[in-house]
Amino acid sequence: MTSTALEFWTTPLGWTLITVGQILLVVIGVLLSLAFLLLADRKIWAGVQMRKGPNVVGPFGLFQSFADFFKFVLKEIVIPSGADKVVFIAAPLISFILAFGAWAVIPFAPGWVVSNINVGVLYLFAISSLGVYGIIMGGWASNSKYPFLGSLRSAAQMVSYEVSLGFIIITVILLTGSMNLQTIVEHQAGGFWNWHAFALPTIIVMFPMMVIFFISALAETNRPPFDLPEAESELVAGYQVEYSSTPYLLFMIGEYSNIVLMCAMISLLFFGGWQAPFPTPFLEAWSPTAVSLFGFLWFAIKIVFWFFMFAMAKAIVPRYRYDQLMRLGWKVFLPTSLVAVMLIAAWRVFGPQA
Amino acid sequence: MDLQAIAFYLLAAVTVISGFLVITARNPVHSVLFLIMAFFTAAGLFVMLGAEFLAMLLIVVYVGAVAVLFLFVVMMLDVDFTQLREGFARYLPIGMVVGGVLSVEMVMVAITVAANGAAGKNAAPAAPVADLPNAEAIGRVLYTDYIYFFQAAGLVLLVAMIGAIVLTLRHRPGVRRQNIGDQVARTPASGMKIVQIKSGEGLSE
Repeated sequence: MTSTALEFWTTPLGWTLITVGQILLVVIGVLLSLAFLLLADRKIWAGVQMRKGPNVVGPFGLFQSFADFFKFVLKEIVIPSGADKVVFIAAPLISFILAFGAWAVIPFAPGWVVSNINVGVLYLFAISSLGVYGIIMGGWASNSKYPFLGSLRSAAQMVSYEVSLGFIIITVILLTGSMNLQTIVEHQAGGFWNWHAFALPTIIVMFPMMVIFFISALAETNRPPFDLPEAESELVAGYQVEYSSTPYLLFMIGEYSNIVLMCAMISLLFFGGWQAPFPTPFLEAWSPTAVSLFGFLWFAIKIVFWFFMFAMAKAIVPRYRYDQLMRLGWKVFLPTSLVAVMLIAAWRVFGPQA
Repeated sequence: MDLQAIAFYLLAAVTVISGFLVITARNPVHSVLFLIMAFFTAAGLFVMLGAEFLAMLLIVVYVGAVAVLFLFVVMMLDVDFTQLREGFARYLPIGMVVGGVLSVEMVMVAITVAANGAAGKNAAPAAPVADLPNAEAIGRVLYTDYIYFFQAAGLVLLVAMIGAIVLTLRHRPGVRRQNIGDQVARTPASGMKIVQIKSGEGLSE
């Protein structure tokens, strides 16, 4: 009985079922954690402004996100009469699907990954560079001025900051010698002094790179202080002015999923992913499941830490002007990260490991 | 039918159909969107060939950057569709000539490949190394055997970049630009003047 059951899982059908199950697990897990992270975002924002934030639905307002979810879903979908209907509906779907497709390569714990591909980092980078299409299509299809201006801004902004993100990712790839996310995390084992952000002597280059990556991630996800695509004081709500109900909800979830994805990326690339910040020789006596859960715990803590940083940046920093944004991306971050790539490459060739 | 075959036929069909729709779609923005879809599914085909590194680069470079700029430009064009129709008969002959030449070339390439194999008879294809990641395999060939071609391609790109900058860089006179360094270097002493204004006299300047 058990042997036939095991054989079934190796057949194409069984493999498909397993993969679909894993995907569902990841998507539902991310969606549920998004609900609470969104609440945390609002609570932190409120806390900085000495407000209470959502506190009515459920204890401490814990169910606020679910109430919002039902509110969005139950409303009517309004499509402007001049809109390009197919593109209008496709835009939020693309945002949503891409935001969740990227989670396929994120290793949550040792071995806990849907698809352990060799080019994991590049895949993440490629998917995040596709995110701009949801916004640009939504802005164009709305057939209205404010969304169009918002989408033009966001296209230029996201393409600009991708360049420096790419260079920073290259520094990490150079340090590790691999584009596989599991290998990158395993390379940082053995305590926080081995994490890419803090490892000596590359800390001189990699710690600033981590800061630049964080700021570029803010720009890439259109978060304040770089939320010019939706700048509510100038463009009403930018590319999503005409969206209502479920399509708006999809945009919103996609945006937050991207933010948490960026938090996960910083954790994986610079903060050791699932590695604990201290040496863990005692793990050898543990069962594999316990080791995985232990790693998952650390990964979750790191994601939450970076999400807190995102929320604090939103609450504290005023919005950039557009020319300042472009100046920062092209004239400051791009040369800095380019120099960092050269330094790290030189260190890899002429350094002690050569 | 196994999963690979299903995935291949799905991706290939979507690539061909979207490639066809690129040239038949009436709205130029739709054309670009179908082009992006064709790029994307072509990347999927690359993955199925085991060339995942190329697939990711295709998406990062073409879909993530080049096509965005395409879309950017096409969206801002104000295209008059009736005007587009008018030129159709006039440009049809030259279009057919170009199309005919291209298809003859492709058929010839296809026949040669079918007869001699992908690399031809003389050129020995690089032996695939098992268990070597894609990027490493490409790097080993690119930085050894083809280093001069690689450098030449880099130089061509550099020239193109400098050309683009030379063509577009203009310093218009009379435009005030923000100089962050000057702003930061400003002190209260250099930035403001404290004046005692006597009552009933005001400030003359």
